[in-house]
Amino acid sequence: MTELDHIRNFSIVAHIDHGKSTLADRLIQLTGTVAERDMKAQLLDSMDIERERGITIKANTVRIEYPAKDGQTYVLNLIDTPGHVDFAYEVSRSMQAVEGSLLVVDASQGVEAQTLANVYQAIDAGHEIVPVLNKIDLPAADPEAVKANIEDVIGIDASDAIPISAKSGLGIPEVLEAIVKRLPAPKGDRNAPLKAMLVDSWYDPYLGVVVMIRVMDGVIKKGDRIKMIQTGALYGVDKLSVLKPQMVDIAELGPGEIGVLTASIKQVRDTRVGDTITHEKKPCDKALPGFKPAQPVVFCGLFPVDANDFEDLRDAIEKLQLNDASFSSEMETSAALGFGFRCGFLGLLHLEVIRDRLEREYDLDLITTAPSVVFKLHMKDGEVRDLHNPADMPDLTYVDHIEEPRIKATIMVPDDYLGDVLKLCQDRRGIQMDLTYAGSRAMVVYDLPLAEVVFDFYDRLKSVTKGYASFDYQITGYREDHLVKMSILVNDEPVDALSIMVHRDRAESRGRAMVEKLKDLIPRHMFKIPIQAAIGGRVIARETLSAMRKDVTAKCYGGDATRKKKLLEKQKAGKKKMRQFGKVEIPQSAFIAALKMDD
Amino acid sequence: MDDWRHGGFGLYLHWPFCAAKCPYCDFNSHVAAEIDQSRWNRAYLSEIERLGAETKGRVLNSIFFGGGTPSLMAPELVQAILDKVRATWTLANDVEITLEANPTSIESGRFRAYSEAGVNRISMGMQALNDADLKRLGRMHSAAEGRAAFDIARKHFDRVSFDLIYARQDQSLNAWKAELHEALAMAVDHFSLYQLTIEDGTAFGLRHAAGKLHGLPDDALASDMYLITQDICSSHGLPAYEISNHARPGAESRHNLVYWRYGDYLGIGPGAHGRLTLDGTRHATDTPRAPEAWLRAVEAAGNGELPREALPLSEQATEYLLFSLRLSEGMDLARYEALSGQPVDRAKLRHLEEIGMITLEQGRICPTDAGRAVLNALIVELMP
Repeated sequence: MTELDHIRNFSIVAHIDHGKSTLADRLIQLTGTVAERDMKAQLLDSMDIERERGITIKANTVRIEYPAKDGQTYVLNLIDTPGHVDFAYEVSRSMQAVEGSLLVVDASQGVEAQTLANVYQAIDAGHEIVPVLNKIDLPAADPEAVKANIEDVIGIDASDAIPISAKSGLGIPEVLEAIVKRLPAPKGDRNAPLKAMLVDSWYDPYLGVVVMIRVMDGVIKKGDRIKMIQTGALYGVDKLSVLKPQMVDIAELGPGEIGVLTASIKQVRDTRVGDTITHEKKPCDKALPGFKPAQPVVFCGLFPVDANDFEDLRDAIEKLQLNDASFSSEMETSAALGFGFRCGFLGLLHLEVIRDRLEREYDLDLITTAPSVVFKLHMKDGEVRDLHNPADMPDLTYVDHIEEPRIKATIMVPDDYLGDVLKLCQDRRGIQMDLTYAGSRAMVVYDLPLAEVVFDFYDRLKSVTKGYASFDYQITGYREDHLVKMSILVNDEPVDALSIMVHRDRAESRGRAMVEKLKDLIPRHMFKIPIQAAIGGRVIARETLSAMRKDVTAKCYGGDATRKKKLLEKQKAGKKKMRQFGKVEIPQSAFIAALKMDD
Repeated sequence: MDDWRHGGFGLYLHWPFCAAKCPYCDFNSHVAAEIDQSRWNRAYLSEIERLGAETKGRVLNSIFFGGGTPSLMAPELVQAILDKVRATWTLANDVEITLEANPTSIESGRFRAYSEAGVNRISMGMQALNDADLKRLGRMHSAAEGRAAFDIARKHFDRVSFDLIYARQDQSLNAWKAELHEALAMAVDHFSLYQLTIEDGTAFGLRHAAGKLHGLPDDALASDMYLITQDICSSHGLPAYEISNHARPGAESRHNLVYWRYGDYLGIGPGAHGRLTLDGTRHATDTPRAPEAWLRAVEAAGNGELPREALPLSEQATEYLLFSLRLSEGMDLARYEALSGQPVDRAKLRHLEEIGMITLEQGRICPTDAGRAVLNALIVELMP
């Protein structure tokens, strides 16, 4: 066990590509925590998807032993936090587990929107913040301007920011010294009852569920009987380790220390990030503040392309859920798409990550229906219902009013693209809250409906700003608006998987855009097909897909039978891959493509 | 009763050579500097002997010389083949013996000799009735030559048919109507009217892929041309009895009806396909496409066929479907269901009837004019 004044716990706050993982790697390397031959780039991001997307999804930690210039050896615990707003709650818990943060900013780029949200979380958690200017060796680096930018935008003193190059190793010793000198040591009472925070948990195929904890007070030892205060569950500690970053067993963890335990926990969903762990026999008197159960905010349907893969999809979802308690699923039946699951996610990135993992790790072809947010239906009888799927919208005569989730979106963008960004936000029913400049970059803050953002807002933002904008958001609450369910009728039959919730004022233009898209997406049939958008019984947009006029082989004689038969069998197989709806076949791709707005 | 008996029994002989290859043609045809006709003679006779032994006692309804350009065959070769055929099978009283011919003056000079050898029907590759279009189609005859060859053919054969290609480059609807009326005025009792199809692997196909084949009609015009063709021919007493074939009642090509009614047919020659039912099992037969490869196989092994393939009933059903729906007489539903082993969805049939694609009468599914225009989609719809 290490004395409190020889411990420093910290996280790194940075935008994607600003060098967070590279800096972490250097710190690990310089202190000899990992042998040179075991180094691989971005040590802490363990999932393929994390490495590919350059993001951290699961919190991760590493314990570094650092002999400082004062002759003492310190234990530095780095928690690598998820860098994305979808995981804001997880980030906030990680932040509570440490006392300080390194704020890493690319010296050629300045502060980005994503950094902002995380650094505010760090400030909220009472962190001491050490600004670090990375990529100082780039020709475009402008440390003075970026320091001013940090002071401007974040409002913290950046005068003694440390210039580094994580890539070349320049300035890394200074960072290590600053961690010891500038960050506070943790506080805690070794003699108090055990109080530890559950920071994160994950499923390991050999060990079962692994739980990362930060001890606040007391001491935890292998063999202890522990209790999770929120779930009330009791366990015996089978194994206690620290991560270097591989597991190294340790006899006990005291105040200020961070480590992992296993306790024969079967599923990740039995553990709650932010929960308080204490001893069964001599519990602490109250739980740590700030606990929130995971709350999915974005929902979509996941259906197998091939209906025969339904069981495989079910298995894959169950397996992924072992490791991710924040992702919910419920069986769903769609008239158009057959059997599938309605799944809830923490945000869009979370949705994409899960879908990618299902497709890649479990080799499934999936149809993803349009993401939807959770609307609150205030019924006339006073009941409030959550609506996860527009297809489940009840008869309007029972609904008093509808509320939708709103977000506070922060967008940072070079001023050349400001007009396009403002137009995009206005088009998505945004209300401007703030517009400030930091150098030639504008910071735009908008109050937007989440529903307008979940689908293709980020894609559109990237495209109108040629990738120069950064974007972040927080959910701020619910607000009533004039929302309606728009149904799409193909050949006079409603297609449930295509219905969406829209603002009444936007319904006509969305409806028009959707029926026009569908007219191109649905192949011609032998008969003409009306495609309509409707609200209730009223049609608001209509297109007609005309019947195919000619599809016939001019010559077909005895010698053509084999070739012709194969051709027709291929066509039939292609048709079978489409979804039969009434008498109309709709290609799978249409369900998502119909919703994309090329505005 | 074996299923093939519904359609009859025919013999197809493939002559793989042409004087020149046409830019639209994807048939198995070759241009050769020199052809040893006596070597071909031996090979054809050997194959007739071999297949005759397998089909003893059958009555032959039709013999068809196709190609390539069979009117480049020496009349003696045709004579020898037909003599051998007569010695091998019993011929139906109304046996049809067709030879495909190009209407050049050289070839029309041989018509009389073909007739004497036993050929009783000529099918001429007229393709167009004006010189400009004939040139664009790569044809070596002029319109006048074509008409002259047609007149000679009418003297020597009871039955003469010719082919026209329409929906050509830069052809207007009116121009095609005029040409079609001209063709009808020639007082034929059978012709094949093909919409120009751009096939992969042809000279037109390559040009088309390169974006250089201009003036082709769009689907709407092509469809109008097809429908107007049906109207005009019907009103002149030559309704379509098949997608692209028109005849006065009784003048239909019996040979092609064997295919479309899904009978058995023997295929002799390079690249010739056949369907042959033996001991209750229908087989698909095929031969090497290269002329020399076929000749060598026959000469060396006494058998020009590639290994035969037994056709599962489900595939026979699809073949019957795709052939029979080409005919205005349509498809016998009970016969189809017997092959496919499962009933056709009646609700689907009713829907197709409602939208005017088919008629359902006395157990037969007949495509309407509109249904024939989108026949591929119709067939795919009916496939299980």
